[in-house]
Amino acid sequence: MRLELRGITKRFPGVIANQNVSLVVEPGEIHALLGENGAGKTTLVNVLYGLYQPEEGEIRIDDQPVTFHDPGDAIAAHIGMVHQHFMLVPVFTVTENVMLGVESVRGPLGLLDRPAARRRIIEISERHNLRVDPDAVVEDLPVGVRQRVEIIKTLYRQSDLLVLDEPTAVLTPQEDEELFEIMRSLQASGTSIVFITHKLNEVLAIADRITVLRRGRVVGTTTPAEATRESLASMMVGRSVDLIVDKTPAKPGGPVLEVAGLVVRDDRGHVAVNGLDLTVHAGEIVAVAGVQGNGQTELVEAITGLRHPVSGTITIDGTAVHLAPRNVFEAGVAHVPEDRLEDGCVPGFSVADNLVLNTYYRPPFSKGIRLDLGAIERSATELVANFDIRTPSVFNDIGNLSGGNQQKVIVAREFSRPVRLLVAAQPTRGLDVGSIEYIHRRIVLKRDEGAAVLIVSTELDEVLALADRIAVMYQGRIVDIVDPERATPELIGLLMGGSAPSVAEAAAAAAPAADGEGAG
Amino acid sequence: MTAIAASLGPIVDRAAVRRQRIFGIFYLVLAALAAFVLTSGLDGDAISKFVLKPAGSKTGLDIPNLVVPSVLTMYLVAGLCAALGAIQLVRGFGTRWAVVLGIVVAAFVFAFLTWAAAGKSMSLIGILQLTVLKALPITFGALSGLLCERAGVVNIAIEGMLLTGAFTGAIVGSAAGNPIVGLVGAGLVGGLLAALLAVLAIRYRMDQIIAGTVINIFAAGITGFVATRILQHNRELNEPERFAQIPIPVLSDIPILGPMFFSANIFLYALFVLIGLIHYGLFYTRWGLRVRAVGEHPRAADTVGINVLATRYRNVILGGIVAGVGGAYFTLGSTGSFVQDMTAGRGFIGLAAMIFGAWTPIGAFLASLVFGFADALQARLSILNIALPSEFLLMGPYLVTIVVVAGLVGRVRAPAADGRPYDKE
Amino acid sequence: MTGERPPEQPATEATPANAPAPAETPRPTRRVMAMLGGAARGLLVPVLAVLSAFVIGAFVIVLSDLTFFERLGQDPGAALGTALGGVGTAYGALLRGALGDPTAYVDAIASGDVEQVKAAFVPISETILAATPLIFTGLAVALGFQCGLFNIGAEGQLFVGATAATFVGFAVTGMPWFVHLPLAIIAGFIGGAAWGFIPGILKARTGAHEVIVTIMLNYTAYNLVGFILKFPGYQREGRSDPISKVTEASAWYPPLIEGLRANWGFVLALLAAFAVSWFLFRSTKGFELRAVGFNAPAARYAGMSIAASTVLAMMLSGGLAGLAGTSVVLGITHSMTSGISPGFGFDGIAIALMARSRPRGIIFAALLFGALRAGSTPMESATGIPGDLVVVLQALVIMFVAAPALVRGIYRIRVPETTGTEVFSKGWGS
Repeated sequence: MRLELRGITKRFPGVIANQNVSLVVEPGEIHALLGENGAGKTTLVNVLYGLYQPEEGEIRIDDQPVTFHDPGDAIAAHIGMVHQHFMLVPVFTVTENVMLGVESVRGPLGLLDRPAARRRIIEISERHNLRVDPDAVVEDLPVGVRQRVEIIKTLYRQSDLLVLDEPTAVLTPQEDEELFEIMRSLQASGTSIVFITHKLNEVLAIADRITVLRRGRVVGTTTPAEATRESLASMMVGRSVDLIVDKTPAKPGGPVLEVAGLVVRDDRGHVAVNGLDLTVHAGEIVAVAGVQGNGQTELVEAITGLRHPVSGTITIDGTAVHLAPRNVFEAGVAHVPEDRLEDGCVPGFSVADNLVLNTYYRPPFSKGIRLDLGAIERSATELVANFDIRTPSVFNDIGNLSGGNQQKVIVAREFSRPVRLLVAAQPTRGLDVGSIEYIHRRIVLKRDEGAAVLIVSTELDEVLALADRIAVMYQGRIVDIVDPERATPELIGLLMGGSAPSVAEAAAAAAPAADGEGAG
Repeated sequence: MTAIAASLGPIVDRAAVRRQRIFGIFYLVLAALAAFVLTSGLDGDAISKFVLKPAGSKTGLDIPNLVVPSVLTMYLVAGLCAALGAIQLVRGFGTRWAVVLGIVVAAFVFAFLTWAAAGKSMSLIGILQLTVLKALPITFGALSGLLCERAGVVNIAIEGMLLTGAFTGAIVGSAAGNPIVGLVGAGLVGGLLAALLAVLAIRYRMDQIIAGTVINIFAAGITGFVATRILQHNRELNEPERFAQIPIPVLSDIPILGPMFFSANIFLYALFVLIGLIHYGLFYTRWGLRVRAVGEHPRAADTVGINVLATRYRNVILGGIVAGVGGAYFTLGSTGSFVQDMTAGRGFIGLAAMIFGAWTPIGAFLASLVFGFADALQARLSILNIALPSEFLLMGPYLVTIVVVAGLVGRVRAPAADGRPYDKE
Repeated sequence: MTGERPPEQPATEATPANAPAPAETPRPTRRVMAMLGGAARGLLVPVLAVLSAFVIGAFVIVLSDLTFFERLGQDPGAALGTALGGVGTAYGALLRGALGDPTAYVDAIASGDVEQVKAAFVPISETILAATPLIFTGLAVALGFQCGLFNIGAEGQLFVGATAATFVGFAVTGMPWFVHLPLAIIAGFIGGAAWGFIPGILKARTGAHEVIVTIMLNYTAYNLVGFILKFPGYQREGRSDPISKVTEASAWYPPLIEGLRANWGFVLALLAAFAVSWFLFRSTKGFELRAVGFNAPAARYAGMSIAASTVLAMMLSGGLAGLAGTSVVLGITHSMTSGISPGFGFDGIAIALMARSRPRGIIFAALLFGALRAGSTPMESATGIPGDLVVVLQALVIMFVAAPALVRGIYRIRVPETTGTEVFSKGWGS
């Protein structure tokens, strides 16, 4: 089908998410929608999928205007969508998830015909090489397989146009390549694909055409032949962007964090960290790279005292710390959590209150049981100025701030005291480029002040840019520690996928040189 | 709260060991109670007689009474509990812990009954029959809660719906001179209250527990108000005809189970049908799949074209109708006249039964039987004049509920989106 | 539920000497007006909620009069007139029972007779008397809300506290009032706190949802107290009904004005409100409690103990409910029975919601509900309309207050959304 979006405008209270967006997807084309976080890409495809209604503009399929009041209409028009956060019911099986909404039924009471659905799923999975077990329960499946289930869902509904929203966020570079193969195979059978991403390399690797969005508007449409990483980045952000972080070589001092033989279980009782050893020295940045779900979350929780390890030791400056959040904090550890809204700040509290969230119980902010509200306010005013936090007042509810500013509040809170060890998990997730640059600079600053810095990130670009040493984590262990000078995306990717170091190095050395081509 | 779960959960080893020890000590305590407390003051020759055939029953096999020597029985039970307690402390029972818990509790209860019947005759079948009857409204409440929560809406207002169901059943049944009309009226009113809950919780995104509490207060107030204003002066509006007992021909002759499950009025039979329908519907039909999807992951359901809000409205109203009908049992199926606050917390116990039964209809019924047993014990034992004050017996069902709710958290999984208003944006 | 902030400082910039005089209103006045406007907007929803409740209540009054329907068939106009008149009489009796009769005031002051003046003030005294336990239970529930806990067990905690206070009231003899009364009050607080501790520790250790546990404990408390009331040593001599011994006069709250029933329990309630406010917004423990209430995972990440806050909140909440119990047994009935509370604990929920869990608002909401209660008995004796109507009115008020969107929808007004419609439901125990 030929899809055309004409002049789509979508407003939310206080923000215009899409403004006068027009683009065309030709039949059988892989069309990339590129933009930084917050540019409006997901909103646009949600409009296309009928989840939102646009204030202005129209959608045309094969030159006929169509309106989608809900996803059912979009599905009926043979548009399928794989969302960034999977839309799978964890306790259902693959079959139940795939047939949900288009169930095959028998008899007057609507009895579910599971066998019929299973047969179709198996047929689709064999045709496109999407291996899944139809009777597996989704919550037991690894992320890569879940994505395959999502794709099967769309094919089950005979989609002619597939929208993929940030599909590679949860994949290793090798899995990216497998995904691209699937995409090419689908393209060959006539499916058009709209592929949303903020990763420049992918776009240049797979897309036929690229539309760049910035702040809700279309900035331009181009092709990989005509574009480079720099030109695309500059279109995305509106100015020339330094794709590298400015930093001097590290001068590591003595060890600050020493982890030995750490074993940690996750919420479901499975072993997430499996005998991990790691050392971080003062004045260096160690970045833990790895695909989500290999134990990084549990590792960070263990170090910051939120989760009790089964065995192993964690010492900070040589002393084994009693692992509870407050003790860890008092030992000089700063923690920027992965999920800022859920874990990092308290929406409902003011900016000032959030800035003293872990220091309120000590002088100067309190005396005994009594809070010193004046001291809290003064400190907050200072921090807001120093860290360039955009808020009308320190008493403003932090829930009203943008994501970038909320992260700045958390950063201000954690960075504004003497810190021996900084632990930052996904510090720039979901932030715009300006905030990302700011936070990267602050992290390097902390390192130069002598702190030991441990970053956990799934964004390879961030890891390569920031790290003095890269520790690749796979299935609960550090597979290898790589010098960023030697590191290439291929090498890191192979290690992230579990290859042994020697194998990975050999393979990476043999791979074609990366200058805008190749996966990752 | 996720945070608490995160701190208890992963220390699977520590918490499990702790729980193992607590159970072990608990079994040993029960054993000691049986061996020493219950036997004290009892004549060594005393026997306890349990009548197993309903008095006045003319049909069916002649079931002999169960006669046991009181003290010996207690020692046997004590021995069993002690043995299981010792094994529990040392080794634990792994995945069969629930079965063992059931055995120990059942054994101790039997010892307790033996004590209560020492030197006397107790109609055990009477207690069992009453168990089922007491469990009836609780099960209706649990099913109502289940229908709502499987779609993701917490229904605290079951108590209020039961109460108004009882009230409406009595008044409409009296006014129309026909209990069936009363039943229909009760269902409709239950559905209306549920519609109000649905609107408040779904459309106005009010906290579901607050909305439910409001409806409970409102129901108590309005039934009390009308009862005083109208019923006191118009007695004839509070004397509905009750549904007759209808024993099912062959089935009611089965020893013990017959009088329990097949000799009641249509409420019990309707309940069986309802349990079967809901079970089949939820787990084998398209309707059930969609409802469960809405309760687990409403956004996923939305993206495949299911109307989340409409599904929630439908289920809540259905739940209200079920609760209304269940409430009518109090008047049209049991005592006849409406008395203020006659439901006495059965709606909340129904919620506990729903949780205990892991949000399944059959589980809810079995769980309700446990609560119903506590209720029945309390009713029957106070007649027997035993040494335990009646107030403590009255507390029984409520304490059992607390223990169940506290013990089962984290062991059973609620529908994942339970209680959260669905936000389109 | 944003914390109370220091009053805004008036602008202190000096205008340059030669600058033209500002054409608009000078800054301080605008700020004051903005504050007043904000307060008015904040009051709009509760006021409309109360009005709407009264309107629906009027329908309930009219439609529950069976003779109305007969008369409607015969002469619609007259029937409606009588109906409206009936509503007017009912609400009039309610208001007079709560606030007093204007003519009575005028006459009394004109006559100069002290006794007559006191008699005129009886309704207000009754309102204050009725409001006192409500302030305590409102505070109790609000404290729970601030920690994200739904304490429906205030009723049971009230009972246990009252039982304990009564015991100290009659068991301890020969003490002067300034020792005996505080002792009894403390006993009441401890009793309630102990009953609140149970759901607190269960939630903290097992995650058991406090809604079910507290409701079950309510029923348990009724039965437990019923048992205690028949226990020799506690039960009044010569009585077979469940009633306690009479407490010593040295344990009674002194009346505010001799001859009127309103007593110093009211003052204690006001003090309690200030204490709770200070605790919540100016103390470290209160800070933790509120953080846990808003976002428990983040509070944990910041080093706070969720379990400790939970238990503390439930204990303090229970203690406040226990104080409500003392205000009844040491201030009104002077002994303990099973009927001392017509649902004060549940009213507390309504009050806490109306006041958005802020202590200052609780005082006013409690006075409102106290007025309703005080007026309900005179209304019943004057017009025969059962006092349960007040329960209905209260339920309606809660409903409208807890769903501001509902009020806005009905009256089509644009009231700014206050931060966060509080949502506690996160399913059972997770």
